[in-house]
Amino acid sequence: MNNMAFLIQKTLIYSIPLLIVAMAGMISERSGIINIALDGMMIFGSFLGAEVVYMLQDAGILSGNPQVVFLLAMLAAAVAGALFSLLLAFSAINLKADQTIGGTALNLLAPAAAHFFIKVLYMQDKLVMPKDIGFVILNENIPEFMKPFFDKAYISTYIAIFIFVVLSIILYKTRFGLRLRACGEHPQAADSVGINVYKMRYIGVMLSGALGGLGGYIYIATVAGGTCNADVAGTGFLALAIMIFGNWKPGGIVVGSLLFGLLKCLSSTYTSLDLNGDGIAILKDLPLPMYFYNIVPYIVVLIVLILTSKNSRAPKAEGIPYDKGAR
Amino acid sequence: MNTKNKNMKSIAALDSIIASLVCILGGLLVGTVVLLLLSIVYPSIPASEAIRGIQIVLAGPLSSGNVRSILFNLGDMLLETTPLMMTGLSVAIAFKTGLFNIGAPGQYLMGAMSSLLIALSFPKPNNAGSALLIWLLAFLSGAVLGALWGAIPGLLKAVFNINEVIVCIMTNWIAANIVSWVFYSTGDRFINTAEVKTQFIRKTFTNNIETAKFGLDKVFPGSNIDISIFITIIIAIIIYIILEKTTFGYELKACGYNRNASKYAGMSEKRNIVYSMAIAGALAGIGSSLWFLNGQNEFLWNTYLSLPSEGFNGIPCALLASNNPIGVIFTSIFLRWIERGGFNLSGFTDYNEYVSALIIAVIIYFSGFSKYIKDKLSKSRTEKIIKEGNE
Repeated sequence: MNNMAFLIQKTLIYSIPLLIVAMAGMISERSGIINIALDGMMIFGSFLGAEVVYMLQDAGILSGNPQVVFLLAMLAAAVAGALFSLLLAFSAINLKADQTIGGTALNLLAPAAAHFFIKVLYMQDKLVMPKDIGFVILNENIPEFMKPFFDKAYISTYIAIFIFVVLSIILYKTRFGLRLRACGEHPQAADSVGINVYKMRYIGVMLSGALGGLGGYIYIATVAGGTCNADVAGTGFLALAIMIFGNWKPGGIVVGSLLFGLLKCLSSTYTSLDLNGDGIAILKDLPLPMYFYNIVPYIVVLIVLILTSKNSRAPKAEGIPYDKGAR
Repeated sequence: MNTKNKNMKSIAALDSIIASLVCILGGLLVGTVVLLLLSIVYPSIPASEAIRGIQIVLAGPLSSGNVRSILFNLGDMLLETTPLMMTGLSVAIAFKTGLFNIGAPGQYLMGAMSSLLIALSFPKPNNAGSALLIWLLAFLSGAVLGALWGAIPGLLKAVFNINEVIVCIMTNWIAANIVSWVFYSTGDRFINTAEVKTQFIRKTFTNNIETAKFGLDKVFPGSNIDISIFITIIIAIIIYIILEKTTFGYELKACGYNRNASKYAGMSEKRNIVYSMAIAGALAGIGSSLWFLNGQNEFLWNTYLSLPSEGFNGIPCALLASNNPIGVIFTSIFLRWIERGGFNLSGFTDYNEYVSALIIAVIIYFSGFSKYIKDKLSKSRTEKIIKEGNE
């Protein structure tokens, strides 16, 4: 049981950033804007989040309330991501620029800016949040079956899941969601019934930026152990892959990120993982180096894609700038 | 009719050059504003530094001080341009076929691995002829392995209709781990134990494998420059000729313009997708081959945690050139030029080295507006013609 709990905890930690950032990509693409800048938005958000934590620590504010600090940092990261995404929205929507170029520029801009400010502000190359900040919630004395979800947990996990569910409902069950999706499928038709395509796409991109920034901060606070070095190890691109894997749908994204998180977790814990509880880690004794386990998640994703490829389908109008005059 | 057509074509070409220049100028202007703002925020940096700063960035390697260090920096800059130009070409040719090759890092790594394995596996050659033969073999193996690696996303796209972006991202990380795995399993054989730098593979010059220099090291004393920059320029021109002057190139582009139309016209769009990705992979593989066969460049073998930046930087390089192979020659040199300027900036002023990355990002961002500017230019011209016609 203990091992199972450990596995679930770890899987959740790996999956949550992917889940929320893949959702970020989905919202933007569903509104018709390709968001290849997820990596950049994550980096920008993570930097601002870490910066907020650092400043609060420095000023000695809220030192007894790590969860409040965490919440504030997440909020800051989301706001930063949303503001940063305005750059993409402006170039893609108003100036009808190639969305890949805009996204690539943002991917270059975010680490450059983060590195620059970290260097200027702290005269070092990375920002390490203090270890004793206590973001982890410990609940040693709860029943065993609840431990995977409530012991050694992060408040960000619940928040991310909550946001994910709410946004999924909004996208599929409300008038707003239908309109947003219409702008990604056939903007001319949407415009003809009085929907402001530009506005909808702006909302899509900014929501995407907010989620991307939030996901970036969650990533460095949980997976990366509190170090912000203006890099998220390509998690934004992985999330993009998860989004495509999930067929631009929330359900698919949940499956994709959980699957990937689980495999990633296996690859990082195979040396100590005791699957059947007899005290022996079986995988460790196999003559395979860690590189093999690192490859497994990517291979599995490819195999699943090959098996399910027939019904793959992207939003029809994504990547195409909306031009009112075009037919 | 024909001359009129040509005229229209050259006007369009002029428009795109003007648009690109406007974008670069805009980027530099915003870069200057950023520097100015920083000097306001940080009183330790005087405002006059902003102007000097942008001058240093613009002058690139020329701002390195005395003649000796200018030549040295220029030589090294040209050497560093080689892999970037190749990954830029790799991304560009895939874009021409309507594919987004974000897998250049993986193809680059595979090329590096096979070139290094070949170059270091043979016994030390004792004459120039056999050294050249091994060099050629290593170079070709880099291209072939890169091509095979690039063909994977192409095949999966052609056969199973899987989005090439996701396959590229997966194959990047698979390549990073395979490369680490191979060098991990070969033990100390290829690892630089002589200099106690065990995280690096031996430099190929230890096995007498070096790219020819043809006296370039005399022109740029102190730098590691070799003839690879000319090899890459020739490759870029060949790619241009293939794309613009051959039926095969036309088919690749037609597939990019409209996949269904090219299929309807009897072209095998699936075959073209695989070919395009394979060529793209070969180009990225060649980039790393040339870089490591230089003899003096080190390969960090345990690369499973990060992907080489040369691969991703091919994307802005290609986009800035509007995916024109000849344009890639210039944009890759330009990007490296500015980057050198950035290094000098941190050396000579109070700004740090990340400013050049900021300015490059701003220029790329502005380059996205080139279509908008081009449209405005042609629109104003049309209006002028209509007005003249009315008068």
